[in-house]
Amino acid sequence: MASSPWDNIRDEFPILDQKVNGHPLVYLDNAATTQKPRAVIGTLDRFYAKDNSNVHRGLHALSMRATDDYEGARQRVATFINAAAPEEIILTRGTTESINLVASSWGGANLAKGDVILLTEMEHHSNLVPWQLAAKRTGATLRFVPVTGDEGLLDLGALDRLLTPEVKVFAFTHVSNTLGTINPAAELCDRARKVGAITVVDAAQSAGHMPLDVRAMGCDFLAFSGHKMASVTGIGALFGRRALLDAMPPWQGGGGMISSVDLFESRWKPSPERFEAGTPNFGDAVALGASCDFLDSLGRDRIQIHDGDLARTAYDRLSQLPGIRLIGPRGERGGLVSFAFANVHAHDVVTFADEDGIALRGGHHCNQPLMKILGLTSTVRASFYVYNEEREIDALVASMRRTLRFFGTEA
Amino acid sequence: MSADLSDLYQDVILDHNRRPRNRGRILSANRSAHGDNPSCGDQCDVFLRLDGDRIAEISFEGTGCAISQASASLMTTQLKGKSQAEAEKLYGEFHEIVTTGKPPEDMSDLGAFAGVHAFPARIKCATLSWHAALNALRGDPAPATTESHRD
Repeated sequence: MASSPWDNIRDEFPILDQKVNGHPLVYLDNAATTQKPRAVIGTLDRFYAKDNSNVHRGLHALSMRATDDYEGARQRVATFINAAAPEEIILTRGTTESINLVASSWGGANLAKGDVILLTEMEHHSNLVPWQLAAKRTGATLRFVPVTGDEGLLDLGALDRLLTPEVKVFAFTHVSNTLGTINPAAELCDRARKVGAITVVDAAQSAGHMPLDVRAMGCDFLAFSGHKMASVTGIGALFGRRALLDAMPPWQGGGGMISSVDLFESRWKPSPERFEAGTPNFGDAVALGASCDFLDSLGRDRIQIHDGDLARTAYDRLSQLPGIRLIGPRGERGGLVSFAFANVHAHDVVTFADEDGIALRGGHHCNQPLMKILGLTSTVRASFYVYNEEREIDALVASMRRTLRFFGTEA
Repeated sequence: MSADLSDLYQDVILDHNRRPRNRGRILSANRSAHGDNPSCGDQCDVFLRLDGDRIAEISFEGTGCAISQASASLMTTQLKGKSQAEAEKLYGEFHEIVTTGKPPEDMSDLGAFAGVHAFPARIKCATLSWHAALNALRGDPAPATTESHRD
């Protein structure tokens, strides 16, 4: 039988081979950042060892190679999400910068008093605060699609009432980083389009975990980060439909984004250069291209099944613990579980898990409004990726039982 | 359990976490202050009734980890009857304990927090309620936040 890249997948991630506090590392903080495979680390190493030079306008061999590498990465990202052309891919620092770019540039040019920005109650601060800033600057107002309590679904019944003609943009997360909910992105884009609103999809938690096709989804903008999809920190992408990008003003000025400059005014290049002022992060972009290759060698449909299966197993196993409150949907979900105990705070749970070599995250997960709506101040989150195994859920549950016993809850 | 972890979760701390003292709002309070720790979401309100220069009554409300809740509870038991100057001095000693792990020999139950020093991320948990209490004593209207000063 042909070998599969899944066969020895843990060997691909050198960081996993270590002990933490005397126990084999169980890394379950993947929604915060994933680990990096040798393929990505090696690409970064090769780029800096062989090709490194500033991109664009260079007339020497290294600069031409680096430019080819950089533009090749843009092309690779375009293919990864099935964008129509590489010009629809702007390389950014990550999801947060991508959303700020849209809120600032598109929002500044297209929003005015009387307009409505529609968001949801489950947005990460990165898809909330940029819109609060845009609303302040333009006089537009914010409106929110409610979440249906602990089950963590969007209240789609409320959409008809909320998606009025005043809504100019609907920005929502594809997969919730706290609830694990997978929102019906194509349906939401379709309904927004019917009232003439553009859509902005936060794909930070989906890009590395499931197949993405921006044309099938029908979104206008889509943002994601490299470091949450097996690539490195400091690089990410914004997809935008060509017609929208070409009509948008620059959001930062500098070298690389101009076609000509006079003392008192300048003219801009088209997308993507218009939105990439200054020396771009070409080294990390090459690593982003490598992570696209790596994830496609595993198959993103299989990654989605793998991560989702682990999350559902963890949900079922954890639900047997006394005093536990699991939030997010019971069935179909992204690769994470989020929970709180009645008598033990999330940060105490995380400290005890660390003692067992288990990396978890506890807190509000940059979801403070959602936490308030659910009447919580923090949750514990375990999030999974391609290298996690069912035995690590055994370790997680055992650690939770030990912590509950320590704090006086029979488990 | 490792020595560090059992040092952190001392019996005194577990007891105060399980049965917090002086929890709730004092209706006759003439001073109060709010504190928060933005990085972890902990919140703490401290209520005081000052009688002259002395803390006649003190209470807290809040949410957070065992360390922050126990610290707030234990603090209220230590500050009752103290003047502002005495409270500031006691906080100086407490801060020394949680950052160096060395309690003075005659230290009260506050010495139980010596284990915090091995967990630098948790120092803010232990000091949050103290900052709120000192702000209330100083009549400082700004909320105490663990982000704007060094623990």
